[in-house]
Amino acid sequence: MADSEGMAVRLQSLPQATQVGFRVTLASQMSAANALGIPALPGVNRFIGAGGLLVLWLGPDEWLLIAPDGMVEWESRLRNAIGADQGAVVDVSANRVGFELSGPAARDVLASCCALDLHPRAFGPGGCGQTLIAKAQVILAQTDLETYRILVRPSFANYVAAWLEDGVAGVQGHAKADL
Amino acid sequence: MLLIRCPWCGEREETEFRYGGQAHIATPRSDVDDASWARFLFHRDNPAGPFAERWVHIHGCRRWFHIVRDTLTHDITRSYLPSESPEDAG
Repeated sequence: MADSEGMAVRLQSLPQATQVGFRVTLASQMSAANALGIPALPGVNRFIGAGGLLVLWLGPDEWLLIAPDGMVEWESRLRNAIGADQGAVVDVSANRVGFELSGPAARDVLASCCALDLHPRAFGPGGCGQTLIAKAQVILAQTDLETYRILVRPSFANYVAAWLEDGVAGVQGHAKADL
Repeated sequence: MLLIRCPWCGEREETEFRYGGQAHIATPRSDVDDASWARFLFHRDNPAGPFAERWVHIHGCRRWFHIVRDTLTHDITRSYLPSESPEDAG
């Protein structure tokens, strides 16, 4: 997928990464966090980025780990930490592909196709959520003040990219008109 | 467009949810007579006013929950977990 270069915002696709979904009871959440090297699993609508890993909250007992490909056997490491009767661990690496939208106008682009409230009073760096971009379900995470990571199922990737590119074109059109 | 509060994720737009009908319908024992079974399957309240109903946050956390929605005004007065009753939810 071609990168969209522009003054105010940039859309790029991210390399393939290992993704492990896990559900875990309250009793084993601490050992899961220890296995990932983080102090605790992230709370509601939050994610933690540490040591190249991303751990995202997906639901009241459910998280998603995103890690660089091929470094560590995260699935078995998490399964050992959680214990057989305290949760479930599934490798979902092929489930989603990633985009990164960055730049001062990134939030304006998302406003063109996503109803989630991304205003700083409601969202911000460290925030994540499962929501819709146009009609496609996505996981959205804000990694810094002007950068969003978007995870989408591969069959919807072209559709979401088209919506985002349209938003980018709109923002750049406005930027030119302002000159 | 409704703004619905998922008890886990917070307020989200209606498009992220699917409707699940009236809440608090208890499944009867399987040996009830046909009339009771038919009532359980097909009969639902249809009030003009507050109505406890099931929703699922299908494009979000995928969890089921209940809300109390006024069918005349669309005002949502409560949002609560399936394990709670509409009375004790805040």
